[in-house]
Amino acid sequence: MRTNVMSTKAVPTNTVRRRLPAPIYPLISVSLLLLAWDQAVRWFNIPDYLLPPPAAVFRALADGFVTGTLWPHIGTTLLNTVSGFVIGSVLAVSLGALLAESETFERFVYPLLVGLQATPKVALGPILLVWFGFGAASKIVLVALVCFFPLFVNTINGIRRTDPELLEACRAFSASRLFLLWHVKLPAALGEIFSGLQIGVSLALIGAVVGEFLSAQRGLGFLIASSSVSMSLATMFSGVLLLAVSGLAGVEAVRAVHRRVVFWQGSARGR
Amino acid sequence: MTAALSIRNVGLTYPTRSGQTEALANVDVDIADGEFVALLGPSGCGKSTLLRLAAGLLGATQGRIELNGKPVEGPSRNTGVVFQKPSLLPWKTVRENVLLPARTQGLDLARAKQRADELLELVGLSAFAGNYPFELSGGMQQRVGIARMLLPDPALLLMDEPFAALDALSRETLTFALQDIWSVQRKSVLFITHSIPEAVFLADRILVMSPRPGRIVESISNPLPRPRNVDTFDDPAFTALTQHLRRHFNAH
Repeated sequence: MRTNVMSTKAVPTNTVRRRLPAPIYPLISVSLLLLAWDQAVRWFNIPDYLLPPPAAVFRALADGFVTGTLWPHIGTTLLNTVSGFVIGSVLAVSLGALLAESETFERFVYPLLVGLQATPKVALGPILLVWFGFGAASKIVLVALVCFFPLFVNTINGIRRTDPELLEACRAFSASRLFLLWHVKLPAALGEIFSGLQIGVSLALIGAVVGEFLSAQRGLGFLIASSSVSMSLATMFSGVLLLAVSGLAGVEAVRAVHRRVVFWQGSARGR
Repeated sequence: MTAALSIRNVGLTYPTRSGQTEALANVDVDIADGEFVALLGPSGCGKSTLLRLAAGLLGATQGRIELNGKPVEGPSRNTGVVFQKPSLLPWKTVRENVLLPARTQGLDLARAKQRADELLELVGLSAFAGNYPFELSGGMQQRVGIARMLLPDPALLLMDEPFAALDALSRETLTFALQDIWSVQRKSVLFITHSIPEAVFLADRILVMSPRPGRIVESISNPLPRPRNVDTFDDPAFTALTQHLRRHFNAH
């Protein structure tokens, strides 16, 4: 809301240009990118095993969908990603709330968490394989671990930034600690929680793919890794493309929920 | 006369880097049942601190505070509070915000809902019961705060510069509205303000507070007849009283 007001002020009314519908812009830039890709492959005579033209990638995609070979990979990756994301997010918000509320808990846990936060979580992948096996469990745990931290930190910050005057007003009406947490602090933190979720979605996908790189029989990460052996770049690119689309869809889904849930905040209402 | 609120020899000191700071010293305030008392003082004189002590949000380091003869040890159902900021829950509707004390104090919800609707009528917001705070003007939000304060039917109202953040016109409208509400509800009120005309228009008695440390330096009974209205501002008694109070804060 606020930024909208500023931007209309910045543009003098007599020079306001007519705008095209919003989806047109990315459509144009993506088309130009594909065109440039296609032209580059032709002009420089790049062999298929290094960079296939976009048409070959789309053909590989279409083949995969029609023959049904892609579906299990997509299904596995999405299932692992969503499961890990949900588990990691629930843990992040609950532990974040607990830490924000309890100083004792904070003193015990905070140093550990800071250390773990600085560690690249994917480095734990091989260990997780040993612990949780080569199936879905190790991937889900990796995903949960990867998307945990941003949301955890955002939850703590969100809760701690609750308007102190709002809290005092509720306290003046004898609000209990549980009431303050559940009905005041957590709703107040929702804006930050949703930006944590947004970061978490893209990280979750990374976690799933890395897990599948390490060891798997199915999944888009597995598809990309196994296709590299046969140098079938078109299949690898189609895997990447599917991951990109999944990530985008995930982020957009979180954004849509954010706007509906946190309807009272300008930043969520605008845009 | 029974004192609804009795503040006896209350002081508050708190530690700072340069040693102990005395925010309040030897404060005595008595508010009778149904009496409207305005507490007038410059910024930083500790008047908001005094209100927080009376609300049970802070503990005094010296003296006693009693509400209807019982010591104040924490927030009470018998006390309603309004702050300078409306401090409404942005994710709740106007009606739900008014019902907040019912939920936090475990009141009978069916009766509270009925009372909430009556209070919204009283503050002139019946049409906005289903709206959210961000859809309301600052003055309307403060009316919601007043309705919320009145919901548990408290004996004592504590109002901390409730109109200070409003524009001059809304401020005046709300001052009239508050008098009307008070004439119906007849609560004991401690109304904190730094506006002399507001204090004189609303109060039965005006306390003047001086800063550092905060203490009550004068208590003046207000002779102006009720109900007061627009003409009150032209009353010679009104002018005399505001002039008298002005000299407290400005020597020239």
